[in-house]
Amino acid sequence: MRDVAFGQYFPGKSLIHRLDPRAKIILFIAHIVILFCTFSYPALAVTAVFTALFLILSGISPKFYFKSLKVIIFIVLFTSLLNLFYGSGEPIWQWWIFKITLNGINRAVFVTTRIICLILASSCLTFTTSPTELTDAIERLMKPLRVIHFPVHEIAMMMSLALRFVPTLLEETDKIMQAQKARGADMESGNLVKRVKALVPILIPLFVSAFRRAYDVATAMECRCYRGGAGRTRMKQIHMARRDAAAFVVMALVIGGVIVCNILFKAAI
Amino acid sequence: MSCVLELKNLSYVYGKGTPFEKRAVNRVSLQIHRGELIGVIGHTGSGKSTMMQMLNGLMRPTEGQVLLDGKDIWAEPKKIREVRFKVGMVFQYPEYQLFEETVRKDIAFGAKNRGLEGAALEQAIRDAADFTGLKPELLEKSPFELSGGEKRRAAIAGVIAMNPEVLVLDEPTAGLDPMGREVLLSQITRYHQERQNTVLLVTHSMEDIARVADRIIVMHKGNLVLFEPTRTVFSQGDRLKQWGLSVPQITAIMQDLRRRGLDVPDGVLTVDEAFRALLPLLKKEGKLW
Repeated sequence: MRDVAFGQYFPGKSLIHRLDPRAKIILFIAHIVILFCTFSYPALAVTAVFTALFLILSGISPKFYFKSLKVIIFIVLFTSLLNLFYGSGEPIWQWWIFKITLNGINRAVFVTTRIICLILASSCLTFTTSPTELTDAIERLMKPLRVIHFPVHEIAMMMSLALRFVPTLLEETDKIMQAQKARGADMESGNLVKRVKALVPILIPLFVSAFRRAYDVATAMECRCYRGGAGRTRMKQIHMARRDAAAFVVMALVIGGVIVCNILFKAAI
Repeated sequence: MSCVLELKNLSYVYGKGTPFEKRAVNRVSLQIHRGELIGVIGHTGSGKSTMMQMLNGLMRPTEGQVLLDGKDIWAEPKKIREVRFKVGMVFQYPEYQLFEETVRKDIAFGAKNRGLEGAALEQAIRDAADFTGLKPELLEKSPFELSGGEKRRAAIAGVIAMNPEVLVLDEPTAGLDPMGREVLLSQITRYHQERQNTVLLVTHSMEDIARVADRIIVMHKGNLVLFEPTRTVFSQGDRLKQWGLSVPQITAIMQDLRRRGLDVPDGVLTVDEAFRALLPLLKKEGKLW
């Protein structure tokens, strides 16, 4: 249970770490959009190189990036295989109903590269940005939505509370599992129905304690006179700096590069 | 006396092969005899909880063996469940593991898993409730309606109902009021005396352990530093202090009096003993009539 690398954050002082979290989120979204707007190989190469660039700049061991890829390896294989056989045009190789075309190969390559870059970029975002920074940035970015009475602050608070309790609940699950195993609960054998039933002794105590914690947190917040976002100030202010401007310039160059490559070179898919 | 549990060179390493490697238990060897009540003390992070979880196969030792009745519990990993019935484990704050509709059903959970049925199951539930002082009418209630102390009892009863040969209790009195502590502790002693079972009691309360334990295991930074009869352990106040532990208050007072020249014995463990040691002295000095 403890090996789940969900939204893990590695504190550090790299350039990527120090970027304004708002800038990081905007750049991240821009990066995803541009990833799916590549139609020629040179354009794809530009985005791949750009991804590699900020991975290196993040200063986080490649080991962790590989680990994050391991989770989705199945999806990558599946989609690329699907694309491989679904291409249109002249078949290069054919057997029964399966045929591989040049177009199919190209599609497979594009899809694989895009998904891998996407996962790496999102890993980079969560690896280098603490959950607090992340929710803070989301709150600030969604601020304009308040005009239409969207509860921005409440949503952000819910997000940060949820993130805060992920490790706690994992630990709790671990403890309850051990306790029920000590009473002879058998979770490793039996058919599907039996295994689902074996979850009951774990889920019920887990829900009970989750509700108890929720009430505790609510009481604690009320004791500190929490009454929503109105007039709240922050301990850690986030500021855009020159490096953020530089990051936006680099992103603009990448977007420009992709557009130019798409125009100059023949589309592969 | 026959040996019920034996640890041979037992070690546990967390995160082996990573930079976060931590040796929680380091080459511990010891023997526990049948029918003993053993106290386990140690500062937070001394490895006592990890060691306890290896006793019933919840954690697999990195090195070394746990022998139960002379057999390595990991000789057949598929039969590890059997070991968990024989070595009953009550975790810290066990009330958080209650889940059934009624207290009776929850107490029965472990016993049923062990294969008890019908009259035998009923008897096991009744005995367990009796040992933990749960009133019969509580058995039909939902465990979530009970008070904190009653929940604790119900959870402990759930382990006792499995009829384990060895009962391990991790801080059973933590978070209870003084009265609740007192009662629970005497119930544990009663269980131990009537069943003649082996009991391991992990605790931070030196007072509790001084009153009930035959022998005490002292852990420090994953090492077994002392395993001696209770009186011997608590006559070594200075060493205990080095390991971040202390002696019971009454023992400390009596040692102080002794240091100031009063003729009292060294390893006094309870207020009763102290009373009996001081009474003749007071009489002799004519301060009592």
